[in-house]
Amino acid sequence: MSEPTKKTAKNLAFDAAQGIFVWLDKRLHLTDLWEHTAGHHIPRSSASWFYVFGSATLLCLILQIVTGSLLAFAYVPSGAEAYTTLEYLTYEQPVGWFLRAMHYWGSNFMVAIMFLHMTQVFLFGAYKYPREITWISGCILMVCTLGMAFTGQVLRFDEDAYWGLGIGAAIMGRVPLIGENLVHLMLGGPIIASETLSRFFSLHVFIIPGTILALVALHLRMVLTKGINEYPEPGRLVDRNTYDKEYEEILKKDGMPFAPHGIWKDLVAAAFVLVAILACAAIFGPKGPTGPPYPTEIDTVPRPDFFFMWIFAVAALMPEYMESFLLLTGGPIILLILFALPFINNTGEKSWRRRPIAVLTVIFVYLALGLLTYLGFTSPWSPEMTAWTADPTEQSRVLDRTPLELQGLVVLQNKQCRNCHAIDGVGGKRGPDLADVGTRLTKDQMIRQVIQGGGNMPAYGKNLSPYEVEALVSYMVTLRPENQPPARDSTWPAIPPKENVSTKEAGPHAGHLEKTADPQS
Amino acid sequence: MISHRHKEPEKKPCACEGADKATSRRDFLFKMGVGLNVVAGAMVSLPLIGYVMSSFVKILPTKGISLGPIDQFPEGTTRLATYTNPYRRPWDGETAEIPCWVRRIQGEQFQVFAINCTHLGCPVRWFDESKLFMCPCHGGAFYQDGSHASGPPPRGLYEYKVSVVNNELIIDAGLLPTLARPNA
Ligand code: FES
Repeated sequence: MSEPTKKTAKNLAFDAAQGIFVWLDKRLHLTDLWEHTAGHHIPRSSASWFYVFGSATLLCLILQIVTGSLLAFAYVPSGAEAYTTLEYLTYEQPVGWFLRAMHYWGSNFMVAIMFLHMTQVFLFGAYKYPREITWISGCILMVCTLGMAFTGQVLRFDEDAYWGLGIGAAIMGRVPLIGENLVHLMLGGPIIASETLSRFFSLHVFIIPGTILALVALHLRMVLTKGINEYPEPGRLVDRNTYDKEYEEILKKDGMPFAPHGIWKDLVAAAFVLVAILACAAIFGPKGPTGPPYPTEIDTVPRPDFFFMWIFAVAALMPEYMESFLLLTGGPIILLILFALPFINNTGEKSWRRRPIAVLTVIFVYLALGLLTYLGFTSPWSPEMTAWTADPTEQSRVLDRTPLELQGLVVLQNKQCRNCHAIDGVGGKRGPDLADVGTRLTKDQMIRQVIQGGGNMPAYGKNLSPYEVEALVSYMVTLRPENQPPARDSTWPAIPPKENVSTKEAGPHAGHLEKTADPQS
Repeated sequence: MISHRHKEPEKKPCACEGADKATSRRDFLFKMGVGLNVVAGAMVSLPLIGYVMSSFVKILPTKGISLGPIDQFPEGTTRLATYTNPYRRPWDGETAEIPCWVRRIQGEQFQVFAINCTHLGCPVRWFDESKLFMCPCHGGAFYQDGSHASGPPPRGLYEYKVSVVNNELIIDAGLLPTLARPNA
């Protein structure tokens, strides 16, 4: 008796649900919307693992919006309070540190996956006819995303953010004619202060995200109207006159609805990305904040976040004469090339298997960016500010030295030589390692180098007394691997007669010279 | 939904039964509507542009600021001094405290350098032993008189205009020095 009533109850519930859905659908046109969006047909070949990066980037964006909105519950964009609220978020607000970590790692993943997406689109020729607008809107989205990365780094208002703004202003100041005005515009006044932070807050929270959402709408709209790129086959060329028909043909013959049949790989990738972000957030935590953004705390080594590390490296390595030019025009030139790409290379082969230049370009760009990023992190060009007080000298570098030579070692340590010159790899990497300097320079050459500088070394002539120079150089002559002869002047005979050595090098280190000369004779 | 919209344009020719006058009137009214909005839009955007670009147009001058009595700076030394940004906002907090390097050569002869490296603005540090300013970012170095010693910076350190009034060291300050405006 109970069974039929149950059934009817079930049926009733089902009917009611269906009724509600039909009612809603009649007003909201949900099925229609679904058919024209998620349910649109895609070529079966496009349901590939290579095609998941776009949706994964979008997923990161959504995650960033959610975590960012929540972080704004506590964050105060004021010069006086931003840092305090960051500390509050990190250490006091429950789960605040984790949200900060998710936002930080979400941004890293977003930038990384976006570039993967772009690479895939480039290699698969998806920017060609008729998807030029999709590509261009994607390029603007890339600029916006990098804009979010930079402004976000500023909102983490710590010492890196403060000096990062200084770097931005210094680049603006290189613009001819209106440089000063641009600096004022960027900083919201004559100097980095609260108003600077406020305008970066507005950019990061309102202006750029709004632009991104609008562009994403356009980007997705283009994917719907022009269709997703079919998986390119080598030898199948794009022709403006026939492509549209061919694509329609593919959809008819071998198409399927994106949802539910093509979407599963995107879903798997999405879950994977989310878990990866959560894992990174949980394991590595949020970035910073590093020291407070007090301009007077100059004991700082400002470094940008990893997406801008390569620019930081470029700034250190560029020759000076092209620096301003490249800093100002490099970005626009890259953008121009990206914008022009679908017009220069509009038809023809899509498959990367038959586009060696495209493949080489990708390899080159990744290698260059990777190498520059690595260099940025190690920054061998930066003096090590504490090397002269903190780095030890190995025992063998002290043993058996004369008093004058030891005096020279003290000079070398005290005059901050070690900040730029390592000994046995310990110390700054800006200049050459001094461990074998005795085999490379003669005493006279050393004196000249120390006093006059050159080759990127400051001249110490005014800051060292003749006695200090004499002691320093006497010590440096002894810096060479065992059993290696000292550097010799080209005027000296290759194998000097023994007496000559002792007369020519009649100095405190002559004994040392003889030591190495002995086993040879 | 979309299919409905597509049909609409087809209706029009049938709806306007030879009423050319009505069409031209509608066209005129449409153009007028657009024109009105162009004018109104311009009126709206003027204050917006004015608001945003005010900082672009208005270049503030430097102001005289005291770094305190000159006795704090022994002759022949270079020391870090700080001053409060003359354009300080109440909510600036510690960011309004700006450091600079004061070098007293002798007597009332001073040089005051901006903290910002002339390359890309990182804070340079003074090393008294080697009499060098070193930059932590890309390895720029400057001599004690501020001139360029090595590394990527395109020029010597930025200098403030200095004067000594009533035994006080006065500098003209208030701007972030850049290559476009080297006189902080
Ligand atoms: S900012 Fe000083 S060397 Fe680049």
